Amino acid sequence: MKKVLRQILLLSCFSMPAIHSFSQEPDLLKLLGDDEKTEKVRIKYAFKSPRVINGHSMEFLNPGTMDFRILHRFGQLDQGYKNFFGLDQASMRMGFDFGILHNLMIGIGRSTYKKELDGFIKYAPIRQSTGPWSSPVTVALVAGMTMDGTDWADPTRKNYFTSRLAYYFQAIIGRKFSEGFTLQIAPTMVHRNIVPLESDPNNIYAVGVGGRLKLLKRIAFTWDYTHVVIGMPDSGYYHPLSIGFDIETGGHVFQLHFSNSTGMNEKAFITETTANWGKGDIRFGFNLSRVFQIKKKKSENQKW
Amino acid sequence: MKKAFVFLLSIFLTASVFGQRYFTKNGKINFDATSPSSPERVEAVNRSVTCVVDLKTGALQFALLMKGFEFERALMEEHFNENYVESNKFPKSEFKGKIKDVDEIDFTKDGTYKLKVKGDITIHGETKEVETEGKLVVQGGKINADADFNLKLSDFKISIPGLVADKVAKTAKITVSCSLEPLKN
Repeated sequence: MKKVLRQILLLSCFSMPAIHSFSQEPDLLKLLGDDEKTEKVRIKYAFKSPRVINGHSMEFLNPGTMDFRILHRFGQLDQGYKNFFGLDQASMRMGFDFGILHNLMIGIGRSTYKKELDGFIKYAPIRQSTGPWSSPVTVALVAGMTMDGTDWADPTRKNYFTSRLAYYFQAIIGRKFSEGFTLQIAPTMVHRNIVPLESDPNNIYAVGVGGRLKLLKRIAFTWDYTHVVIGMPDSGYYHPLSIGFDIETGGHVFQLHFSNSTGMNEKAFITETTANWGKGDIRFGFNLSRVFQIKKKKSENQKW
Repeated sequence: MKKAFVFLLSIFLTASVFGQRYFTKNGKINFDATSPSSPERVEAVNRSVTCVVDLKTGALQFALLMKGFEFERALMEEHFNENYVESNKFPKSEFKGKIKDVDEIDFTKDGTYKLKVKGDITIHGETKEVETEGKLVVQGGKINADADFNLKLSDFKISIPGLVADKVAKTAKITVSCSLEPLKN
């Protein structure tokens, strides 16, 4: 019996320090096993704002937030000092966008140009993500409507309310390639119920190409080009191109840019851009976006 | 037969070492970097903190994903991840340290134990040594660990632009609260 006891003591003396020293320095977290959960994770912040410049971006507002947007487009730069390089003339749009779900948002806006009211709904069936069942791209769909608020061009003829309306439908396929680079393509269709000339088509098909290149943590270079593929009138109209910078300052995002378009909704900038970059018909503009949290974020248990 | 018995018994004796490890995967860490003049609270909570403690050796480790911090305001969360802690570049934060004078504390009895913890904390790719006081509450085989301490944001190369300097404080108060369970291995 004594022998047994001695053996026990001896063995435990040997094995104890062995385990003891083993547990001293190693990574204790490894004992829990590989806890890198393979979950589907959404890629966020592809753009600083749900708009590239004029067009919709692949990004959405967070649920429960409202984006108050003030857009300005000034006169042409080549007007010189007399008109202060176009700044004396301003066209603006005020908009309210609401984030409902992480992939659903709606918005309304009112522009001074043609006194237009516009509204849209934007939904993303697929969002770029990593992990199992992930998608390399975001696919978003936008449907919008605009209403012309000006007096009838010809009051003598019978005018219908529907003549004020135009619609647009857009699919956005975008990918955030890296922390600093995002690119998206947006096939778009605009339908106008009434067009100025008989020769103008009611349906216009276009493809938008927008992107972002992050220069600094809070500053990004952006571009937004829409190529009208079918339905471009023979003369007087051009493809809208805007290039600019997104500057983020705490609660605001400033989008400063140069563009040849004055319109600030899809129907206006795609079908009614009459200035030509080639001739230097460029104007300065900015979008000011302020996001408000209107509903507190839901949390599993609000103990804190 | 005798030998097998001896061997088993000695394993049983040494097994007590294993019973000294406790862990959790859903500990809570809260941080508050609200500056006194700020109209809105700059705070967030992470509810999936991993913590392991070895009461025998005093080794203590924490790990969390920066993206796991939940803010009341979505925009704040975006700025936190995008501009301040750069969660994509530095997804994980860790603490690896030791409970001081752990030999003098007997954790087998239920009760509250005040202790000092010292170790290295890594946030935003920067490592800094910290020392803080904490509390362990042992009750019925479970342990609650609590601690709070302050971290200087500049120590971790987290810069606050002048524009928001009146909202975001230069130091963040970190509050740790974990309930640990025995780790069976």
